[in-house]
Amino acid sequence: MPHQQIKFYQVGSFVAGNRLLRPDERSVQARMERSNTLTSGHRACQGCGEALGARYALDAAMRATGGQLVAANATGCLEVFSTPYPESSWQLPWLHSLFGNAPAVASGIAAALKAKGRTEVRVIGQGGDGGTLDIGFACLSGMFERNDDVLFICYDNEAYMNTGVQRSSATPPAARTANTKPVGPEPGNVFGQGKNAPLIAMAHEIPYVATATVAELRDLEAKIERAMEFRGARYVHVFVPCPLGWGSASKDTIKIARLAKETGLFPVFEAEHGEVVSVSKIRRRVPVEEYLRAQKRFAHLFKDPPQTDVIERIQAGADRNIRRFGLLPDEPDETGELMRLLAETDRGPQ
Amino acid sequence: MFQVRIHGRGGQGVVTAAELLSVAAFSEGRHAQAFPTFGSERTGAPVVSFCRIDDAEIRVREPISEPDAVIVQDPTLLHQVDLFAGLKPDGYLVINSVHGFGDLGLGEFVERFRQERLLTVPATDIAREHLGRPLPNAALLGAFAAVSGIVSPASVAAAIREKFAGDVGAANVAAADAAYAFVQDEIREAAHA
Amino acid sequence: MRRQIEGSQAVAAAVALCRPEVISAYPISPQTHIVEGLSDLVRTGELAPCEYLMVESEFAALSAAIGASAAGARAYTATASQGLLYMAEALYNASGLGLPIVMTVANRAIGAPINIWNDHSDSMSQRDSGWLQLYAETNQEALDLHIQAFKLAEEVSLPVMVCMDGFILTHAFESVDIPTQDQVDAYLPRFEPRQVLDPADPVSIGAMVGPEAFTEVKYLMHAAQMQALDVIPEVSAEFAQAFGRNSGGLIRPYRSADAETIVVALGSVLGTIEDVVDELREQGMKVGAVGIKTFRPYPLEEVREALGHARRIVVLEKAFAVGLGGIVGQNVRLALSGLPAPVYDVVAGLGGRPITKQSLHTLLDDVLNDRLEPGRLTFLDIDWNLVGRELQRTREKRRSGPHAENILRDIGVVAAGPN
Repeated sequence: MPHQQIKFYQVGSFVAGNRLLRPDERSVQARMERSNTLTSGHRACQGCGEALGARYALDAAMRATGGQLVAANATGCLEVFSTPYPESSWQLPWLHSLFGNAPAVASGIAAALKAKGRTEVRVIGQGGDGGTLDIGFACLSGMFERNDDVLFICYDNEAYMNTGVQRSSATPPAARTANTKPVGPEPGNVFGQGKNAPLIAMAHEIPYVATATVAELRDLEAKIERAMEFRGARYVHVFVPCPLGWGSASKDTIKIARLAKETGLFPVFEAEHGEVVSVSKIRRRVPVEEYLRAQKRFAHLFKDPPQTDVIERIQAGADRNIRRFGLLPDEPDETGELMRLLAETDRGPQ
Repeated sequence: MFQVRIHGRGGQGVVTAAELLSVAAFSEGRHAQAFPTFGSERTGAPVVSFCRIDDAEIRVREPISEPDAVIVQDPTLLHQVDLFAGLKPDGYLVINSVHGFGDLGLGEFVERFRQERLLTVPATDIAREHLGRPLPNAALLGAFAAVSGIVSPASVAAAIREKFAGDVGAANVAAADAAYAFVQDEIREAAHA
Repeated sequence: MRRQIEGSQAVAAAVALCRPEVISAYPISPQTHIVEGLSDLVRTGELAPCEYLMVESEFAALSAAIGASAAGARAYTATASQGLLYMAEALYNASGLGLPIVMTVANRAIGAPINIWNDHSDSMSQRDSGWLQLYAETNQEALDLHIQAFKLAEEVSLPVMVCMDGFILTHAFESVDIPTQDQVDAYLPRFEPRQVLDPADPVSIGAMVGPEAFTEVKYLMHAAQMQALDVIPEVSAEFAQAFGRNSGGLIRPYRSADAETIVVALGSVLGTIEDVVDELREQGMKVGAVGIKTFRPYPLEEVREALGHARRIVVLEKAFAVGLGGIVGQNVRLALSGLPAPVYDVVAGLGGRPITKQSLHTLLDDVLNDRLEPGRLTFLDIDWNLVGRELQRTREKRRSGPHAENILRDIGVVAAGPN
């Protein structure tokens, strides 16, 4: 009898996909014994990408480590909404110290566990883009260069959300924030600034770097589990839409995350020791406009007359990512080549 | 209390000299305090270190302004820094130089002091001979021990060996002993003169 | 065992004997020899199990210690001056979280102008950070206080800074008695934390506390420091019993019981002061000294008791509150409130200026002959000439230039002449 290959895609929700996967491929969330590490009752906004990402990431980490996990959290939305004194949503040992020191605190915890001979207990440091890329950057880099046994997770919602949506080094060009308003000659955040955190992490040549979004949660889980297979410094950068800060509908969080990937604005990949080892290809490429229209932080681009020049520049940025990382199927991985070349130059001829 | 002030330039082991002197005194059952003044640390910059020796516990912490002895490791400091400020009339003075006091322009100056307590020693030459390097501090300590008798050459040697292991220690001890012998000869000659 | 060693090495030896499990290190003059000494001990395995983290800043150093302490490890770091300020946020975090970290502060002036030499402006600037503050007079005391500090910190569950004068103590060679490991083990038991990050019993530490509970939490920190006023003498007495010598405690009087004039100070300058006291006593003058060993918590009662009978008090301190006056002086005045004896505030030794016996003799002579005004800040050995010239400069021209550079030019530079 003739048979036909059928591909099932995750469209809108992954529930259908979960039912059709092998038990070991299913999401941690589909299991009875999931840890609920970030349990219900926290005070996150409706549709919060960070809460979604953190829940999946931590539960995956708990499964991978048999529950032997400690977390150090930077100040920020996650810390604030998860521990509304006197309550806490965390079901693992959890420490919040300061805004800028989560990577260093995590390093200290890892050192303590090592000194005590308890290396089966693993350490996660986590924070938002502000805490990780700006104020915590020196500590992050220090943790990377010492190769301390810490997995650091950055939940990137592209601004200082908890203090009222101010610009961070992760804020994309043209985006509106409280201090990059759409007024004046260059409305929104300016072009030509910002940090590429995953590439910076890769430049430290740490064992594992990955990016993920909350649109592909099973992918996020797999990356966290993969990260836990390594010892040493690891970094996972998760794209998490913020409905309040981005002016998007709370029901669109996952959709917007998917659009970020499918436009090429947010490359999804893995790297080991400074070299890209896998790229998650764009399935159906989308122009950036579709992504931008869904968020009020870009609404000023679509007024009368629309700022087509700015939109084109943003599109050019997406195009560049597609080229650099080989995000389209069957396209060469330019960034991989580049990084391999750089690595070789560093070490000398092999 | 016996107070020693050592002058030199950064990189010549001025600070170590004071330390070794204090360790030598300690090994003889006395109390000793050694400490440096620091400029921003730079090779070649003037450095001063201090050593106090006493039978009672030493409590005072100020720099030594009225030394019982001054050791000068680098003669190029002469006429630039007030090396002899506060030196007591019956104090000791040891200058690292191949020249005599007259040639150093100090002929008149030294007349105020007790001649048998002042000397110049070619410590850099002695150091080169035994260490292969122009590090005069050990030799100067040997010379100082000879002229002052404040510590014994054996204590100086032990202190050096405690700080510097193996061949380096042995070479420094040799330099110190050679300087000690040199000064003893000078003193003997002067006594017979 | 008695050894003639550098103060920094004595401290490193003492810290190692306390079996720290995590040491975080960031170098700053004049603390470098301490962390270098500890590095050697960890590398050779002499101090084990211990993780030595070479961190990227002082802020990271204390942050790593915070993580380690919260995970149940005995944690230590050291710093001075600018480094202490750089970790200021973390200082308050550590005390607020009640983590018994011990830290050496190798007292050094705070810039600008940048200055690497000793004074107390660094630790004084953090006197209200919630850390306990102990001040060592000698290298032996510095060694001893570190051992006491761990015991104290873990008993009251607050962090402790052991202050020792940079260069003057850290870089001085003098003889110290280093205890044996057995002696220290008997005195200082294993660290039993009050709170710990443990997967077997998860807790969330560091939540936000709002108006409904913040006051109570802060009160408990204050109460712990007040409790320390009792614990510190106990720890010191137990130390005396175990090691056979007196160190630490709240205050140390020197010939003050019948003194009419008492000099109050912290740290190494007390040694010089004691020599001056002896010399004046030989001349028949009734002078004494009181060393403040514990500055936080501040021993109000003990200070009052020790100074209450005196006819005049001279507070000699190595820092001051800009725009106001003495810091230690204020605290002493508070202790003596209601009593009539005048308190003279003298600032000395700023930025490493030596405090000489001669100056102290002159100072006390001025005091005894009413040439000083009590309550008005006196700057010992200040060059009024230099100050006057600079003030004149600022009066004459708007763009008079930076103060420090102008004054340095006035002083002139020691030239390096031809060889």
